[in-house]
Amino acid sequence: MGEMEQLRKEAESLKDQISAARKAVHDVTLPEIVSGTAVVGRVQLKTRKTLRGHLAKIYAMHWGTDSKLCVSASQDGKLIVWDSYTTNKVHAIPLKSSWVMTCAYAPSGNMVACGGLDNMCSIYNLKGKDGNVKVMRELAAHTGYLSCCRFLNDSEIITSSGDCTCALWDIETGTQKTIFSGHMGDCMSLAVSHDFNMFISGACDYTAKLWDIREGACRQTFGGHESDINAIGFFPNGNAVLTGSDDGTCKMYDLRADQELITYQDPSIMCGVTSLAPSLSGRLILAGYDDFNCNIWDSLKAERVGVLAGHDNRVSCIGVTPDGMAACTGSWDSFLKIWN
Amino acid sequence: MSTTNSIAQARKLVEQLRVEAGIERIKVSKAAAELMSYCEQHAHSDPLLVGVPTSENPFKDKKPCILL
Repeated sequence: MGEMEQLRKEAESLKDQISAARKAVHDVTLPEIVSGTAVVGRVQLKTRKTLRGHLAKIYAMHWGTDSKLCVSASQDGKLIVWDSYTTNKVHAIPLKSSWVMTCAYAPSGNMVACGGLDNMCSIYNLKGKDGNVKVMRELAAHTGYLSCCRFLNDSEIITSSGDCTCALWDIETGTQKTIFSGHMGDCMSLAVSHDFNMFISGACDYTAKLWDIREGACRQTFGGHESDINAIGFFPNGNAVLTGSDDGTCKMYDLRADQELITYQDPSIMCGVTSLAPSLSGRLILAGYDDFNCNIWDSLKAERVGVLAGHDNRVSCIGVTPDGMAACTGSWDSFLKIWN
Repeated sequence: MSTTNSIAQARKLVEQLRVEAGIERIKVSKAAAELMSYCEQHAHSDPLLVGVPTSENPFKDKKPCILL
């Protein structure tokens, strides 16, 4: 038997082993465990603010840690930092490349980052001496589009790319400290754990992967989706992962049981999930879809308990404030809406 | 050359699968119970779940009431 054939057989055998190990701990289903719990009551959130100013599709938004300021990115070639309480624009940053697909706010509030079809992650210093916002670094090394980025701190950022890899960068030197490879399709989205030791990525190979940032290694891989995973997030207790896919469903995977616990789906939903965010307790999952709506799911009972309707085009991004007070949706209709 | 690449890739895949096969797993009953417990514990302080009183809502304009 050639080595290739041997390796193929070994891979198949290991996959069977993983399947069997997952089955062995599957002693009950989530629906069975929560059968005695009632579905949450109808959730009706109202638009409290509409952030107007972008002139084209909004592709991404991210809340600052103060739960007040947020940054949004639009293909009008601008990053706007908003004061969501007053709707004032704190900064309007013109971008070199208008093909932006992602943006991020540093936990310190000192920087924002963005990137897209330019294959780069550009870091902007918001607290420059003369008050002007300038490009601080251009992180270039990915050979595909930048789909998502998240700061660990003011000197490190993690990116995901259409080149099928994710990377940890040293912002100071502008170099990749670690490359996370393993996905067999474009990496579309990433989320960092609360303790900043791990991150999860969702990709066009239909899988989600859990990575150890310092070891540079993939710890776990979760399958089950039938199409690209566009959105990913941690459940608030850090022990579960939420994914949203072009297959129209969201899923919750438990990290310690190493398997899918539940799928959030409805036969009436026939379009892809673009974005998702859990509420503070994790009981609600807000998910944005291609059909211009956002569905609110009871995460334990897997039932739809509300809808955010108000955009005139695809909901491309959604984020819940760190303090849980509000959700923000961004849309191809060029507006951001704040709901609670 | 491409054969060497494919073998290298296949070796990497097997290595990765070995890592993933070797992790410790807890029972779904335990994992699910803890998720449920977390939701219960934090439900009362989840603004989107329990609602936000107008007086405490930073996003709501506080307009004075006009008595006609």
